[in-house]
Amino acid sequence: MGKTISEKIIGEHAGKEVSAGEIVIAKVDVTAVQDGTGPLAVQQLEKINLVQAKNPRRTIIFIDHAAPSPHKDLSNAHNILRRFSKETGAILSEIGEGVCHQRLVESHVDPGDILIGADSHTCTSGALGAFSTGMGSTDVAIGIALGKTWLRVPETFKINVTGKFNKGVYPKDLILYIIGKIGADGATYKALEFTGETIKNMSMSERFTLSNMAVEAGAKTGLIETDKTTKQYLEQQGRGEKFKVIKADDDAVYERVIEIDASELEPMISAPHTVDNTKTTGELKGTKVDQVFIGTCTNGRLDDLKIAASILEGKQRHHDTRLIVTPASRDIYLQALEAGYIATFIKAGAAVMAPGCGACVGVHQGILGDGEVCLATQNRNFKGRMGNTESLIYLSSPATAAASAIAGEIVDPREVL
Amino acid sequence: METKLKGRSWKFGDDISTDLIAPGRLFHLRTNLPELAKHVLEDADPGFPSKVNKGDFVVGGSNFGLGSSRVHAPTIIKIAGVGAVLAKSFARIFYRNGINVGLPLLICDTDAIDEGDELDIDLSAGNIKDVTKGIEITFSPLPDVMIKILQDGGLAAHIEKHGDFNLD
Repeated sequence: MGKTISEKIIGEHAGKEVSAGEIVIAKVDVTAVQDGTGPLAVQQLEKINLVQAKNPRRTIIFIDHAAPSPHKDLSNAHNILRRFSKETGAILSEIGEGVCHQRLVESHVDPGDILIGADSHTCTSGALGAFSTGMGSTDVAIGIALGKTWLRVPETFKINVTGKFNKGVYPKDLILYIIGKIGADGATYKALEFTGETIKNMSMSERFTLSNMAVEAGAKTGLIETDKTTKQYLEQQGRGEKFKVIKADDDAVYERVIEIDASELEPMISAPHTVDNTKTTGELKGTKVDQVFIGTCTNGRLDDLKIAASILEGKQRHHDTRLIVTPASRDIYLQALEAGYIATFIKAGAAVMAPGCGACVGVHQGILGDGEVCLATQNRNFKGRMGNTESLIYLSSPATAAASAIAGEIVDPREVL
Repeated sequence: METKLKGRSWKFGDDISTDLIAPGRLFHLRTNLPELAKHVLEDADPGFPSKVNKGDFVVGGSNFGLGSSRVHAPTIIKIAGVGAVLAKSFARIFYRNGINVGLPLLICDTDAIDEGDELDIDLSAGNIKDVTKGIEITFSPLPDVMIKILQDGGLAAHIEKHGDFNLD
């Protein structure tokens, strides 16, 4: 019987053939924590006298959620991580280097790896053909120390996407549509495999947007088979030799197959307060927006900034709408500077922030006021997500966000493209 | 660990996210869990932290604990004294985290339970008695792996005790 990508990767790491539903102990290649979850992971290892990293060069400690620190307690928490990195040899990703998921795909995760990260959007690396999943501080702490974890081999939903996107419709609209269709808990405990000609024609950056949001349907990971696009990306990142063919068998067993025709999609928005509360941009047209936020591990990459800059070029943000732009990593920031996108944003009235998670997680750099509305390119719109339970968060593509920043209200990006 | 639990129900709805349990705006309290616990679930029910008594139960709807991987969320529910969380379903990471910190999470039909109901729960027998309503509700058993981790008092304690995973 054929195997899914999850069954193949987990089997290889468990040293035996495995099938969906089995519980196994598997070797872990890469482990990661961030400044919200890492200090507790370190404290747990201290408590059981196990301050060690099994694979220090593949243990990555990120300071990205509250970076630079806005509070002395967080500065002290950051120092717990810096000390742990010095003691164990684990790699430290300092303030300004970028959001963990972006930095993991840029420099640390290879096809066929198992990555466990103490952050729910760890599923982003699934686009590289790695079994990557989010866990809590305790699981990842043990993974760091012992180089292994326990896993239940997930059943898989195959999401087959065909057809070409219409103008103004992007992978973000596709993934919001998918989550709206299957629901915020529709794929709980399952793996997603994105496949089909539309996926094959996507850049790596676009694929990361899809895999990033797998968890918003409850999924454990969002996998994409590797191909020449994966290979080119790894070569650009200086690790072409790490390329490996990762794909499901033709006769793999799927719990569910979902067919989507991309040519039928329209620009989508998730309305408050759940990601599966999706609507077309047209249904929400005219909704006043106080703040637009472009960035994050979902949509803070170079091509996202390129689309936003092309819309904002020579234009101004609406006088009642603030605009915050946060590139997802230092490399992206530098490339966007060289391409002139950052100058475009600043001239359009944006506040450009250092790479990090800040506004999206409600820690700093964009907390909303009572009754305010934010349109953001991030992956979550839960009540209180951006630091205030009395505010409303809508999610969209960078194109919809940029067009709406100019209009001061939600607009269909096709009107300005 | 104690397998017979007794307390009253605090009812919450569907999709109680980790942002409602342990909000991002209190990020700076993440290394001070007893202090963070004074705010547990206050964004879902502002009075909850002061009303909840040791041994009480949090009763949710579907997809309880969706969102972030923060293990802080089940940890502060436990620190607040809650004996178990009952829900129709749990988000995956929260479920794993709850067991890892030694907080029993019970999957059952919670529709019949109202706020304030007195509950008697027998973890090993797998049943919940709603004493107020005079009804009995069963819950799905945990996977064996999770029972072993829970019995050892969580994952860190399990590894401390055995020096490695000992789940067979």
